[in-house]
Amino acid sequence: MAEKIATREAYGQALAELGDKYNFVVLDADLAAATKTGVFKKKFPARHFDCGIAEGNMMSVAAGLATAGKIPFASSFAMFAAGRAFEQIRNSIGYPHLNVKIGATHAGITVGEDGATHQCNEDIALMRTIPGMTIINPVDAVEARAAVEAALLHEGPVYLRFGRYAVPVLNDKETYKFELGKGVTMREGDDVTIIATGIMVDIALNAAELLKEQGISARVINIHTIKPLDRDIVVKAARETGALVVAEEHSVIGGLGAAVAELIGETCPVPVVKLGIEDSYGRSGTVPALLEAYGFTPANLVIKAKQALSLKK
Amino acid sequence: MDKAKKQQLAKIAAQVRIDILDEVHAAKSGHPGGSLSITDVMTYLYFAEMNVDPANPTMPGRDRFVLSKGHCAPALYAVLAEKGFFAREELLKLRKIDSFLQGHPDMKNTPGVDMTTGSLGLGISAACGMALAAKLDQRDYRTYAVVGDGESEEGQVWEAMMFAAHYKLDNLCVAIDWNGLQIDGPIAEVMNPTPYDKKLEAFGFNVITADGHDFDEIEKAFNKAKTVKGKPTAIIFKTVKGKGVSFMENQVSWHGAAPNDEQHTQAVAEIKAKAKI
Repeated sequence: MAEKIATREAYGQALAELGDKYNFVVLDADLAAATKTGVFKKKFPARHFDCGIAEGNMMSVAAGLATAGKIPFASSFAMFAAGRAFEQIRNSIGYPHLNVKIGATHAGITVGEDGATHQCNEDIALMRTIPGMTIINPVDAVEARAAVEAALLHEGPVYLRFGRYAVPVLNDKETYKFELGKGVTMREGDDVTIIATGIMVDIALNAAELLKEQGISARVINIHTIKPLDRDIVVKAARETGALVVAEEHSVIGGLGAAVAELIGETCPVPVVKLGIEDSYGRSGTVPALLEAYGFTPANLVIKAKQALSLKK
Repeated sequence: MDKAKKQQLAKIAAQVRIDILDEVHAAKSGHPGGSLSITDVMTYLYFAEMNVDPANPTMPGRDRFVLSKGHCAPALYAVLAEKGFFAREELLKLRKIDSFLQGHPDMKNTPGVDMTTGSLGLGISAACGMALAAKLDQRDYRTYAVVGDGESEEGQVWEAMMFAAHYKLDNLCVAIDWNGLQIDGPIAEVMNPTPYDKKLEAFGFNVITADGHDFDEIEKAFNKAKTVKGKPTAIIFKTVKGKGVSFMENQVSWHGAAPNDEQHTQAVAEIKAKAKI
């Protein structure tokens, strides 16, 4: 069994670790213990600013800091960052293209027991509509750490999406190289491609194993950078395998699945079947129960892959 | 303030008012009422108070200015043009498709604009971020934010006020344009924010009240603000919406309407006559 670490843990660790190397500041909205920016605060108390439960103000303060050359990481839960503070992100950060990094944790249904008000399945859709916004949804702790550093080195606004729930570490810390905007082929395959992001990558790899047992060769691609999307790897997969499944812990509306469908429709039309939250809210439950309830399982992904194959000409 | 300085500021303010009217008239839209009410305060800031350099608009040590009530962009553009950040001819392109003078301030494309604003309540928070950055970098520049009285109905304004006091941003000075009118009518009728001074005090601000059309009082207020340490200052400037144009003064209908040719001619003539220019 691979080691399991939540990407939010990696986020906090990365901030604390990179704080020596880079001169950034961190803002939080009374959630430092949960978003894990508290780990950074412990090491660099003079560079951590709690904004209290006022996310809109936090985002605009971050924008002001950025105008003066600071690099702020503004953190909250995805729901209150992308959701509540959408307009501040759009107008204070996005429109002037300021160098603010948004560290959004507790994305998706793997928030678990807190339920629908705290399970943000809409953040990717919201952030995708902001011109110039970069969106990164890392698969594991290794990629999350690398994504934080890549965001620091990138000039412009970045939305980093992290999860609450501990997930398997798929990448090797020593050898992993993160390339912003580049998809990663996790497994080769010719019959169908599963394009996955975040926690769905591990589920996709397990589904590919199941498909192999049934004689179906499935390619698995990890898309960590949702915007800008790696068009080449997606179009190539469409050309070479002729059928796509997109899996994400997010609404089927406006997320990675939508981004892929939009791209494929205009470049290389092949079936695109989506696995995500079907136009509904989350609910309370344990994470395994929720994953099962919403169909985020290898078995369901196999069904989706076969659906895509059946549509293939 | 000596007489010569006061006369000079009055002359600049009159020209700024004429510019505002020219801009909005040329654009056939925009917000003259609130632009005219804050003209004297902004003229004072740019011509007697702030350390800015039109030749080096992004100078790191400059004082910062955020027009949180971004719809009064015509006033900001007029002051910046008079100060020399860009040519006055640009003013007549306000809101046109090929102009960098957007309907609301755009920091990316307009020389001298320190923050993009327009959505109410956001600018004052950004000003807090600038003031905090000065503290972090141990720089002595000051940050000025102009907030509308109606704008103060936005909850984010009070989030920002809390933040400014909590982090003891004594390098931040918030100027409130208290003209008493908003789109739907008198603010006392739409959503009464009074007693504003007591609210600001309760939020931890040093509060000053001054006549926003009297350069002596404006100067005194900004000077006093600089002496107060450990807390931010808010100056409630009592102003007249549409100040300087008889038929616009205290008329809510001039919040967001452009004068026609005849009205424009009359308005400019009134200001010229009063300022003897």
